[in-house]
Amino acid sequence: MGYVAIKGGGRAIKGATAVLEMLRTSEGDRGTPLSLDVIETQLRLLTSRVLSEGGLYHPPLAALAIKQMQGDTLEAAFTLRAYRSTRPRLLETPVQDTSGMRIIRRISSAFKEIPGGQILGPTFDYTLRLMRFDLVDEDPKTFRSFVRRFLKDVPEDRLPTNFPRVVDTFRAEGLLPPASPRDITPFDITREPLVFPVPRSAALSTMARAETGSLLALAYSNMRGFGDIHPTVAELRVGYLPVLLPHPATGETMEMGEVLMTECEVIAMYEEGEDGGSPVFTMGYGACFGHNEVKAISMAILDRALQKGMRDGPSNPSEDPEFVLLHIDGVDSMGFASHYKMPHYVTFQSDMDRLRSTRRKAEGTGQDKTGKGYDPGGDPA
Amino acid sequence: MNPGYKLSPVEASYSFAFLDEYAKREIRRAILKAISLPGYQVPYASREMPMGRGFGTGGLQVTLSIIGPDDTLKVIDQGSDDSVNAVNLRRFVEMTCPGISTTSNTSEATIIQSRHRIPELPLSEDQVLVLQVPYPDPLVLIEPSEARRKTMHGEKDYSRLLTRLYEDLIRFGEITISHRYPTRINGHYVLDPSPIPRYDIPKLNRSRALILFGAGREKKVYAVPPFTSAEPLAFEDVPFRTEDFRDPKTGERRPCSRCRSTDSFLDEFLDTKGEKIYQCSDSDYCNHRLFRKGSRPEKP
Repeated sequence: MGYVAIKGGGRAIKGATAVLEMLRTSEGDRGTPLSLDVIETQLRLLTSRVLSEGGLYHPPLAALAIKQMQGDTLEAAFTLRAYRSTRPRLLETPVQDTSGMRIIRRISSAFKEIPGGQILGPTFDYTLRLMRFDLVDEDPKTFRSFVRRFLKDVPEDRLPTNFPRVVDTFRAEGLLPPASPRDITPFDITREPLVFPVPRSAALSTMARAETGSLLALAYSNMRGFGDIHPTVAELRVGYLPVLLPHPATGETMEMGEVLMTECEVIAMYEEGEDGGSPVFTMGYGACFGHNEVKAISMAILDRALQKGMRDGPSNPSEDPEFVLLHIDGVDSMGFASHYKMPHYVTFQSDMDRLRSTRRKAEGTGQDKTGKGYDPGGDPA
Repeated sequence: MNPGYKLSPVEASYSFAFLDEYAKREIRRAILKAISLPGYQVPYASREMPMGRGFGTGGLQVTLSIIGPDDTLKVIDQGSDDSVNAVNLRRFVEMTCPGISTTSNTSEATIIQSRHRIPELPLSEDQVLVLQVPYPDPLVLIEPSEARRKTMHGEKDYSRLLTRLYEDLIRFGEITISHRYPTRINGHYVLDPSPIPRYDIPKLNRSRALILFGAGREKKVYAVPPFTSAEPLAFEDVPFRTEDFRDPKTGERRPCSRCRSTDSFLDEFLDTKGEKIYQCSDSDYCNHRLFRKGSRPEKP
């Protein structure tokens, strides 16, 4: 009889790869291969999500990952992250000031009037989620005419280049606690493993590249009642942040490019001030690559919850740093969920041996002599 | 927007062994620490690999950090060189490490990466066995918090783990842990030996080969150095037992239906007639026994 254990793996993998490619190209002659630009522009929120969860700001590669992984966000972020593993980390950016962000959207739900004003910008928040049947069959001409009309109506006067952060104004009034000092060296989660307890910077970077759905679920548990943050959005901003780096020769900081980012600051219930001072509000901070508002809000809420947990000990899952930070990474969690599809013949055989042996004992057939006893001492094996 | 984006050659290429040199150096440092503290779980900044977490990314990072062009690599999964995951991992290493050789022959390999099995043939001083690990910490059975587990390991406090084994004996008359059997290394740290069956646990004890464990998702590396003691947790009056392959009717050890071996770990399955068949799980071992008998192994 043939060797029936596991065989033919190489051929099976080749076949699986071919079928995947077949499904991607199955339109044949009628198909239009997706260009990276089309993905980056028309699926910009998908690209944003992959950029953010992949933890590498490279929009064309994020678009390539989306195309290659046929739209699976977990797989695409994973592919981008794996590419990142191959690149050395050459330098560290200094702390970036987000007030210099080229804003495309900026709102506050805490204050009606904010310095610089509110900008609703690109959001689905107040659009009706009705099917737009006119998109079923579109023509590039409609793209062109819309862009032309839109640009004609854009007012001449430019937006200010600097939007002070809302919380800075209220911090000046003493209603908010002072910001953390800027000179701390942030924890680099790409170079150091999380060994608990971890500093807040480790928590923030872990959340910044976390899987959106996982962050949302944990933050939602806190919003619903497994926690008591009761946040108000002090500011949510989306825009292009100029990235400043020191010049290799002169050391002077210069702009190297810009990254699309979403930033959110929430104000939560007040607490007694330090050393018996007047009570102040507490804050939570969220920021990530790309345009991902739900992610930034969830992160800000969890940041606030974790700060409480780190200080007083967790009383809810969303306040427990280990529980939150070790279960929100999409690459980790999707990988482990997928691994259960691999063969587990050996371990299952071992499980069956235990069950049979236990059952024999329960049925009283005795079996003291079964199995090999084992003497740990002795000669090299 | 990047109209017609073109990747630069640097962006579109990979270095030897995939990982950048800094990453490999960091993992080698973690390995040296792991060898110096037998059984201790050394945290390291596990990198993302281009295959799923849980598919052997920890073992793979260890292998890629120690492999050089003069190495011969064997990769097995469930004891087989030809299972999908073993093929996938081996191909990846071949692709990213030009110059290395691969083999299915246990005695020819300098590095053996494995999931769920230790080869049946005894390994030598010139070999390194790399095991893929899903759960590095045996204490996770009784304590979910990693911070608390770390303290327990430091204090050599395994009382709750032993209590768990004792409770098993009271409830079931048997210790119910089948694979991943907690094993004490060099008289101190208790480790999770990865999901190898109990049958393979004795092979850890005073092994001639260096055994390295890599957990990618959980970001830990640990080791059983050569000639180091490895004792599965047990009680004086309840000795550790390996899987029983005896036929309950005859009391005889079942042989492999292919090579007739009576001293290897067996896979059990049903043939087309619905009858139970037992065969070696280590395919290389089974083939070698057939060669020795003079008959060629059957083609798949």
